[in-house]
Amino acid sequence: MATLDINGVSKELDAPADMPLLWAIRDLVGLTGTKYGCGVGLCGACTIHVNGVAERACVLTVSDVEGQTVTTIEGLDDDGEHRVQQAWRELDVPQCGFCQSGQIMQAASLLSETPNPSDEEILDAMQGNICRCGCYQRIVAAVRVASTGS
Amino acid sequence: MLHYLNQDDVTRPKPVSGIAVANVSRRLFLGGSAAGLALAAFQGTAEAFPRWPHGGQTMPNGVRNDPLIFVKLHVDGTVTLVAHRSEMGTGSRTSIPMIMADEMEADWNRVEIVQAEGDEPKYGNQNTDGSRSLRHHIQMARQIGASIRQMLAHAAADRWGVSATEVIVENHTVRHGGKSAGFGDFAEAAMALPVPAFEDLSFKSEDQFRYIGKGEVQITDLRDITTGSAVYGADVVLDGMLTAVIARPPVLGAPVDAVDDTAARAVAGVVAIEQLPVSMPPAKFSPLGGVAVLATNTWAATQGRDALGISWGDSPHSGYDSEAFMAEMVETASKPGVVFREQGEVDKAFAEAARTFGQTYTQEHMAHAPMEPPVAVASVTADGAEIWAPVQSPYACRLDVADALGLDAEKVRVNVTLLGGGFGRKSKHDFAIEAALLSKATGKPVRVQWTREDDIRHSFMHTTSAERIEVALDAENKVTGWKHNSTAPTILSTFAPDGGQQFFIETGMGHVDMPFDIPNVRCDNGKAMSHARIGWFRAVSNIPRAWAIGSFVSELAAELGKDEKAMWLELIGSPRIVDPKAEGYPDNFWDYGESYGAFPIDTGKLANVLDMAADGIGWGRDMPEGEGLGLAVHRSFVSYVATAAHVKMVDGTITVPEMHIAIDAGYIANPERVESQLQGAAVMGMTCALHSAVTYKDGAADQSNFHDYEMVRADNFPEKVVVHAVPHGFGVHSTGVGEPGVPPVVAAIGNAVFHATGQRKRALPMGASI
Repeated sequence: MATLDINGVSKELDAPADMPLLWAIRDLVGLTGTKYGCGVGLCGACTIHVNGVAERACVLTVSDVEGQTVTTIEGLDDDGEHRVQQAWRELDVPQCGFCQSGQIMQAASLLSETPNPSDEEILDAMQGNICRCGCYQRIVAAVRVASTGS
Repeated sequence: MLHYLNQDDVTRPKPVSGIAVANVSRRLFLGGSAAGLALAAFQGTAEAFPRWPHGGQTMPNGVRNDPLIFVKLHVDGTVTLVAHRSEMGTGSRTSIPMIMADEMEADWNRVEIVQAEGDEPKYGNQNTDGSRSLRHHIQMARQIGASIRQMLAHAAADRWGVSATEVIVENHTVRHGGKSAGFGDFAEAAMALPVPAFEDLSFKSEDQFRYIGKGEVQITDLRDITTGSAVYGADVVLDGMLTAVIARPPVLGAPVDAVDDTAARAVAGVVAIEQLPVSMPPAKFSPLGGVAVLATNTWAATQGRDALGISWGDSPHSGYDSEAFMAEMVETASKPGVVFREQGEVDKAFAEAARTFGQTYTQEHMAHAPMEPPVAVASVTADGAEIWAPVQSPYACRLDVADALGLDAEKVRVNVTLLGGGFGRKSKHDFAIEAALLSKATGKPVRVQWTREDDIRHSFMHTTSAERIEVALDAENKVTGWKHNSTAPTILSTFAPDGGQQFFIETGMGHVDMPFDIPNVRCDNGKAMSHARIGWFRAVSNIPRAWAIGSFVSELAAELGKDEKAMWLELIGSPRIVDPKAEGYPDNFWDYGESYGAFPIDTGKLANVLDMAADGIGWGRDMPEGEGLGLAVHRSFVSYVATAAHVKMVDGTITVPEMHIAIDAGYIANPERVESQLQGAAVMGMTCALHSAVTYKDGAADQSNFHDYEMVRADNFPEKVVVHAVPHGFGVHSTGVGEPGVPPVVAAIGNAVFHATGQRKRALPMGASI
């Protein structure tokens, strides 16, 4: 048994120690906003926060995050009104939408560490999150909107 | 399953949900529409609604115009609209209902969208492919909306004892004189009236549109996507469901000789191991076969699959070697092939030429790699089968699942989730058939999850090709003859015994429809056998053809010392409507399923979009060292798209700081989604140009995940993409948007790389750096 502190709730999970956090979140906790895209930390679809910092859930295990605070897209803001979520809506960012939970979690982490990132810092922070539909123009613009309001 | 309600739910009133309210942008302000629209204020059919013939009418099960199938008015005022096309990012799940809502004067805030299950006899064609959703359904959506508006007016007229033509239907209200009521007040009465004939309908004029053509309605799933509650294939969870991960043959058609599953069975959570019969093309969308490990969670199933010890037998495809195969195709393309288009006297033109000039361009296989890998959930019981899956063609999926299970189609239901990207991969629902077979075998609900490695290794590959183009030039360097041999394994090999030749749909995509004004033209095709499952990828054969033709025009310009844009315009010639018969097109020339008379090749439109893109990027300006501009224009999916790309070399890496894309897609109902599709095409085109290759050695794919099948990322993408759309009224019928953006992007980048570096790239992918 492992204990997972996720979105402010403590969950007892019957998970083997090597189970990736991604599958524990999706299959055991039942939160499906965190997506599987590659399984090896290359695409960012499974980005979550550990103690407020963006991490790839597919390359962490449940035991890696024991005693730490895990936040998923469902827990980013109680009302779904985090400024990054609002900016995403304002600029109509998504196409298919599948990667967007991860993009939003990555952007939220960036802005909590660096409230006014430079263009280079935005591109650098977001380059680990693939969008096959190609929404990058709007993703980058939305990070700016979330940061500066315009 | 909030958004994938059973169709039965359409008949039950539901409260207006917070989701529907959230559809509205804070930018969306609905004031300003024409006030007081009585039926009499709408235009008759002739002036407002030219009825274009279109290919939707000849698609399987056609287009249905019945408002009673697509609309339900509820007594609480909610309007339920059915989205019958699959949503994979183009926005059709929003745009088509938006058109219905506008024409019926429904308030978008009070509209609720439900997704249709796979049922084409009921809904008409649902095959979401070929850039057809708006092209084939814009008229149907308006007709359905106008029908409902008229039915509401008549219901009010009946109750109030007034003339229907004096009843005002506006913004979810129905009024006459001092009387006013909501849509809900007439919901039951209106839905009980006979559906008006098309000829009896009146339509809004374009200045009366609230939503159509504005680009202000946000996609219906926007809030759910941004909060993580949108439902994709893997997000469907059934009680007692097992998850399956499958070991598929590394070489196409290799049988399972022996399996040691001892270690797999020892993985905690593994419940069952099942073999699936191995298929060999032509097997349509049948699963590849192999060994499935079923477990209580995805991780256990993956661990179990990886612990299998499988001896694979021989396959006739075990010698597939991309390097050798490409050399063979290049050789084949240099020789005469089967002729599909012959115009004028080609041999004479070349014999009498002052000089000839030719080049060969190639492309490797590509995998679609949607961010959501293939996944499906199935529950097969004694009563029948139910599927939940991100599929582009849910009714075809239903028929194929029924066939695989030996069931009547009436016993199979296919529910469509959101698609986490499609790009043609999810037109092939082998993954749903896998889930159905495994549910039947285990007697439990089963989710089949493809890993990314499975997805890239076992896709239905975009074909690989060699394109040889040669021209004959006279003493004035005018092109008098054109020969284009396009040699590539055919999609047909997935459906029928492989003859090694392209078929009419493939040759219609940028090969025989080469639109230049050249008197002598031959388009032929060399034989190339398939050794992978060949499928279709966004824009299909247009990618290698636009790459070849677009690169060749640039090369020819350089060879002749001409400006690239001037070269394009010289070849396109003065504006003309191509006469396919006079220009030697084959009798079975395929114009994207449209009647050619309604959607002819109009070279004036080609030149126009080229001008727009070139003007946008500032064509002709001096560029600094290491920077260059490139152009390409291509007609596909009956739309015309030009791309102008600015390439800047940064420490040897190709960057594309700016791109202008001009499109003529007829009337545009949702300009915001057209822009997003073309921004996306810029990124996907850059990925195709720089990165995309699935290559084979000893019959197996070399690539497996995003480390060796790379994508354009946020650290190097076309940061500024400006979209220019040719404005048209509704009288110019809508054409394709989802696919036609990609092909010219690839060639434009190649041409800009040449101008930036002096290096001509002729093989795709060209690599990220020079």
